Amino acid sequence: MEITLAIAIMALGAIVLGAALGFASIKFKVEGDPLIEKIDSILPQTQCGQCGYPGCKPYAEAIAKGEADINKCPPGGSEGVQRLADLLGREVKPLDAEEKPKAIAIIDEATCIGCTLCIQACPVDAIVGAAKQMHTILPTLCTGCELCLPPCPVECIRMEVIPETIDNWKWRYPVVEIKPVPTGKAA
Amino acid sequence: MLTQLFKFKGGVKPPTHKTQSTTQPICPAPLPARLIVPLHQNIGGTPRPVVQVGDKVLKGQLIGEADGWISAAIHAPTSGTVIAVETHVQPHPSGLDALCVVIEPDGRDEWMARTPLDYHALTPAQVREHLQQFGVVGLGGAVFPTHGKLTASKTVAMEELIINGAECEPFITCDDLLMRERAEDIVRGIGIFRDLLQPDKVLIGIEDNKPEAAAAMRTAISALNESFTVVQVPTLYPAGGAKQLIRVLTGKEVPASRRSTDLGVQCFNVATAYTAWRAIAHGEAVVSRLVTVTGNVEKPRNFDVLIGTPMDELLRLAQPKADTDGILMGGPMMGFLVPDVQVPVVKATNCLIAHSPALFPPAPPEMPCIRCGACAEVCPHELQPFEMYWFARAKNFGKTQEYHIFDCIECGCCSFVCPSHIPLVQYFRFAKSEIWAREREKNAADSAKDRFEFKQLRDEREKAEKAEKLARAAAAQAAKKAAEASASASETENNTSLAAQENSPGDALANEKEIKKAAIQAAIERARAQRETAQAKNTDHLNADQQQELAAIEARRQVIQPQAASSLDENQA
Repeated sequence: MEITLAIAIMALGAIVLGAALGFASIKFKVEGDPLIEKIDSILPQTQCGQCGYPGCKPYAEAIAKGEADINKCPPGGSEGVQRLADLLGREVKPLDAEEKPKAIAIIDEATCIGCTLCIQACPVDAIVGAAKQMHTILPTLCTGCELCLPPCPVECIRMEVIPETIDNWKWRYPVVEIKPVPTGKAA
Repeated sequence: MLTQLFKFKGGVKPPTHKTQSTTQPICPAPLPARLIVPLHQNIGGTPRPVVQVGDKVLKGQLIGEADGWISAAIHAPTSGTVIAVETHVQPHPSGLDALCVVIEPDGRDEWMARTPLDYHALTPAQVREHLQQFGVVGLGGAVFPTHGKLTASKTVAMEELIINGAECEPFITCDDLLMRERAEDIVRGIGIFRDLLQPDKVLIGIEDNKPEAAAAMRTAISALNESFTVVQVPTLYPAGGAKQLIRVLTGKEVPASRRSTDLGVQCFNVATAYTAWRAIAHGEAVVSRLVTVTGNVEKPRNFDVLIGTPMDELLRLAQPKADTDGILMGGPMMGFLVPDVQVPVVKATNCLIAHSPALFPPAPPEMPCIRCGACAEVCPHELQPFEMYWFARAKNFGKTQEYHIFDCIECGCCSFVCPSHIPLVQYFRFAKSEIWAREREKNAADSAKDRFEFKQLRDEREKAEKAEKLARAAAAQAAKKAAEASASASETENNTSLAAQENSPGDALANEKEIKKAAIQAAIERARAQRETAQAKNTDHLNADQQQELAAIEARRQVIQPQAASSLDENQA
């Protein structure tokens, strides 16, 4: 008698807990892979395709699946590799490309013939213009992906490194300067 | 006067060095050979230049137009000729260039037409606009456009208006001298702020090492019959920080990332009140300010200096000693060595200190942090600098934010007391600017992602629309074909049915005829439907030649069919 009661209580408990778990798995189902989102948020979103994937999200997916290395993103730089390595617990690798300073594209408006090819190439809608009208690049929206350079038939687009100004200047990491001991009069 | 004073936590008492520069009255500085007026002298938008090279300008004439609401106009400090609008090294720790208007004075120092205004006759919005157009900004050092702080909160009643005359930083005495000599105009300026904000009371906080200034202010207040209260606060650095002074005078503690207006308090510097009065009641834009020139000089003094005066020319007036090797802008606690001695005086320049190795011996080498906690004891914002230092040094910026690095006002108390001589504030500035840069990058990346996703969506939508359009065109063509075919078919059907009717016996009942007709009609319909489906299969996707051929066949059929029918009739006949 007692043993049946015990079995009944355990069975009841199992049914209740099982139902709760089943409900939770439906109610709180995670859509998509949260890891992909995390990787994607580290990538610089230039959508330049320099990693060999058509955009940052596909690259993030490839990293999450383990198909791609974490050092294929030149705009992210070595800092991006470091952050990906921290997130994924992988080994830090040197960047698989040379690291370039951040630049933006500039259209030489006198040479532009208004072919709209660069507008179609720009992945982030940073170029404005119309057919047979001069085009221009909105400097605040340009990510420097260089995808507009090859389609231009008159080669009027060039990359310019973003200069350091008072607005984007950063305080340097404090370092102890090692100076030679002044001998006699200061020069 | 019995005002209960409160205390803020921490603070330090560095040697004040103030007496040297208060012995002499304010001296107007002579016109320099040229004035370099930076356009961006305020927090917020960079004013746009409105003059060109060669333009003649008068003193007080607009040369830079405010860009946006949080921005303030820039004016010519004297009359003369614009000789350049170019980039020039700025009085900024970066040593970078920014756009400046360079003016060669003509020596006449001729004001443009000034129109004094009676602010009582203006609406508060008009007063704020005038202050913006006259370039009135906070002269305590933050240079926040004053008009932006003069809108009373709609939800919180303004309880206290605090006027900051504490001037806690060592060496600096420009506010002290201003209060001693120009107290009446300050009090009138405070009157403008009072009328705009309608506070319950006005408190003027002055450190107790400036009794002359406090006395002058009290005399001016009673002379003008105002009800402001001058409160002498204990001399303790950084009592002149806005949040510290608010704490001392009202006991209110402004929470992190909140504004003092949320607690019904607003704070202005005495020099700001003075310039506001000059702007409204005299029509004088902010073209000059008081600058303390002190440190390693023979004759330390306060000068009334035109904005844009090169610092080395100004320093020469105080006769720097031979071993001077640089200029410190601001005080020794929060100031910085200017990158070039020729940088101009700006609205934020309250003090120039001639730097010499004897006066400011080079900092001893940085030693490891021993976690003694001395920095936490003096921090006026009750932060833990040793923890923030630890994480800033390791570039673990997320952790620095958990320790509230953005509440740090960079007062330098922690660096001042650190027994290991760690430049703590430098680490905090580094961490803050890195965090800001990352924030900017993150925002740019997020918006780029949004635009990319939208572009993808748009491309897909366009593709779908194109495909749909193509399909619709094909369907329309097919339908047209079918309609043509059925039209010709029904004609022939009608002919045969007519013939059938003629052949039917004439004595049949009308009813039966009707039924038959209906049956025939139905049969025709069925046949047509059948033909349509059959035809749709082999007449879809025809090219122009095939269509032409079909049409020709169709036309011949039209001719031949009646002929064939008639010949049959003839044969029968």
